[in-house]
Amino acid sequence: MTSVTPDSLSSAPPEILALGPVAWAKKNLFSDWFNSLLTVVIVGILGWGIFRLASWALTVAQWQVIPNNFGLFMTGTFPSGLYARIWALLAVVCGLAGLSWGVLGRNVSTLFSRSVLIGLGLVCAFIVLFPPTRPSSLKLLPMVALVAIAAAAGRQVGRKFPGIGKWVSLAWFLSYFVALWLIGGGLGLTPVSTNDWGGLVLTLFTAVSGIVLCFPLGLLLALGRRSALPVVRLLSTVYIELVRGVPLVAFLFMGQVMIPLFLPIGSRPDRILRAVIALALFSAAYLAENVRAGLQAVPRGQREAAMSLGLNTPTTLGLIILPQALKIAIPAIVGQFISLFQDTTLLSIVGLAELLGIGKSILANPAYLGRYAEVYLFLAVIYWFFCYAMSLASRKIEEKLNTEH
Amino acid sequence: MAHDSGSRSFDLKAMLRDERFWKIAFQVITLLVVLLLLSFFLGNLNRNLIQQGRAFGFSFLRNPAGFSIGESLIQYRPNDPYWRALMVGLGNTLTLVVGGIVLTTLLGVVAGVASFSKNWLLQKLSRVYVGLVQNIPLLLQLFFWYFAIFGALPNPANQIGILGLAFLNNRGVYIPWASSALLAILGIAATVGAAIAALFLWRWRTKIRIETGVGGQAQSIALAVVALAWLAIITLGMNWTVPEGVEGGGVTGGLRLSREYVASLTALVFYTSAFVAEIVRAGIQSVSKGQWEAARTLGLNAGMVMRLVVFPQALRVIIPPMNSQYMNLTKNSSLAFAIAFPEIYSIATTTYNQTGRPVEVFVVMMATYLTLCLLITVVMNQFNRSVQFKER
Repeated sequence: MTSVTPDSLSSAPPEILALGPVAWAKKNLFSDWFNSLLTVVIVGILGWGIFRLASWALTVAQWQVIPNNFGLFMTGTFPSGLYARIWALLAVVCGLAGLSWGVLGRNVSTLFSRSVLIGLGLVCAFIVLFPPTRPSSLKLLPMVALVAIAAAAGRQVGRKFPGIGKWVSLAWFLSYFVALWLIGGGLGLTPVSTNDWGGLVLTLFTAVSGIVLCFPLGLLLALGRRSALPVVRLLSTVYIELVRGVPLVAFLFMGQVMIPLFLPIGSRPDRILRAVIALALFSAAYLAENVRAGLQAVPRGQREAAMSLGLNTPTTLGLIILPQALKIAIPAIVGQFISLFQDTTLLSIVGLAELLGIGKSILANPAYLGRYAEVYLFLAVIYWFFCYAMSLASRKIEEKLNTEH
Repeated sequence: MAHDSGSRSFDLKAMLRDERFWKIAFQVITLLVVLLLLSFFLGNLNRNLIQQGRAFGFSFLRNPAGFSIGESLIQYRPNDPYWRALMVGLGNTLTLVVGGIVLTTLLGVVAGVASFSKNWLLQKLSRVYVGLVQNIPLLLQLFFWYFAIFGALPNPANQIGILGLAFLNNRGVYIPWASSALLAILGIAATVGAAIAALFLWRWRTKIRIETGVGGQAQSIALAVVALAWLAIITLGMNWTVPEGVEGGGVTGGLRLSREYVASLTALVFYTSAFVAEIVRAGIQSVSKGQWEAARTLGLNAGMVMRLVVFPQALRVIIPPMNSQYMNLTKNSSLAFAIAFPEIYSIATTTYNQTGRPVEVFVVMMATYLTLCLLITVVMNQFNRSVQFKER
């Protein structure tokens, strides 16, 4: 009915495809007066801010505090004679990371694509050029090489034995105990008191321990809250809601002060253990809610179908419901892990010398009085790097697991 | 007959195969384990407390506290009882939480909407802000604001004045304020009342215009009257005092917001707003593209599309997660104690250090935060109900 005459077609102006920078700026920055005003104001404020920051960083700031204390930032008061153990730990982690990368990427056509090579090159350049890493950069470069070599090896092995994936997971699990042994000593190594655990090593250790402990607990709580059994449901709900209503500092305070009170007279677990327990008990409640959201998103029919096939409740949960629920919940779970990692900073309040705590004690040193901005900016970069890496990884996993079309 | 009685008698094998039995047995076992654990822990607690000579009880709250508190909303002297000190802490927490919620909502919504801006720079700025702030721990940000930013402000002798109305120095921020607390409360009440009245008048006017096609003038006039009345109360009725710089440094008059308060508020607002911005962004994205296109086809400009069509629909998705962000803000306000802002957690730890009563102090703290979170949930649920679709 509505007909387009050839005439009207030809009279319509052709779309102008302008690709030059001027046209781009006109479209994206100065399309109308309000937009132009916004651009001018933002450029003004940003320019002023960046100028102030740059002039501060280059003239006023005294960055000496970072390289002078690099060892403290990384390992706290860990005896410097035993640093070889930390290096060994790093080597184990790098090797496993490379191996997992290779095994996961066994079906990719080229493992070392151009962007990956550029990334590795950037890391190496950073290690060589970044002043604080200077004395140890000779040991850091082989670590990068180790990752690459392990990745190549993992790819070969992964192609030959496709079932290697679970062994890699098992190796990660065992590496946790290797880490505990390397940091804490014992079994032939010189023991190191937990008072000397600190810095980035302690941050990562508490975060990983918290994650490892809170995951099974959170899973059980989520299943309990979704359970058809009233007693189990009530207990889980009460636990989750009570914990979620209390701030973490209060919980850590309880962990430090009240856990010894809850145990038989005279027993007093290590303070790092107490902190990790409090952290895990706290995070489990939040994790449970994330998993519960995933469980709720699995359609009812899945359960009914599994039941009608004759599976009992544990197998239905383990084989049908949980794999789907966890896949849905991955972004939220990783988000929870990121916030657990950030929450380890609160351990500095209860007196542990993790990354932020060691920063505080360095700032208390009269030689570095008032170097707040330098130290805190450095710490912020470290935390940002780890958290951003985790969120990036979660996005990758999400893409990989997304089987919907 | 014999067969019949056999099936009625107790059959262990049949019972073990029966799922109903296992359901009950599992619950009984769980309950027993939990009860055993609880009695173990509480028994130990009781023995430990008796050994330390401190039986459980709250009567110590009536003893004089004996410590002074830097800032408080209510009258407080060091020889007041502990419960009054805790009330001071609660008041300080509330000022932090209320201020935080208002500012977080504003900044978060602006940052969330900005990520849809046509302006490339603003859009990227919003993304960078979220990506930066979400990935740095709040406590670190708090220290950064307190020590590196507000701590680096000049001392009172060289303080920064802003148009002669406000002053900044390393002791805090000074802003104009009503000359008495009563007038300040009046001003806040007038603002809230005027906002509510305006909202109702606006809805009434819209309803009349939708139903009759014309009219609404009377309501417009009423709106103007409300606005004028509010302006009159705010400008004339509150007897404003403006802070004035004193020769040689320092400020008199106005309201002093301590450096601890301002730093805590800034850190909390910047951190939580990043999460709110993400929620707002997700909410706006959830509105189908057709809504944008239909609104543009009707001739609305970009601002009106957002304000009248997209945002009201996005609110349905935005409100529920906002509840948990507000709760997070409330709980995170306890971190302010790390920079010595005397909020409830800080007062509670001082109380614990002086009395050595961890259990009672923990119970008080837990009750306080649970109540605050519950209040937020109740209010947000009410609000949520009003923005959801009315179906049938």
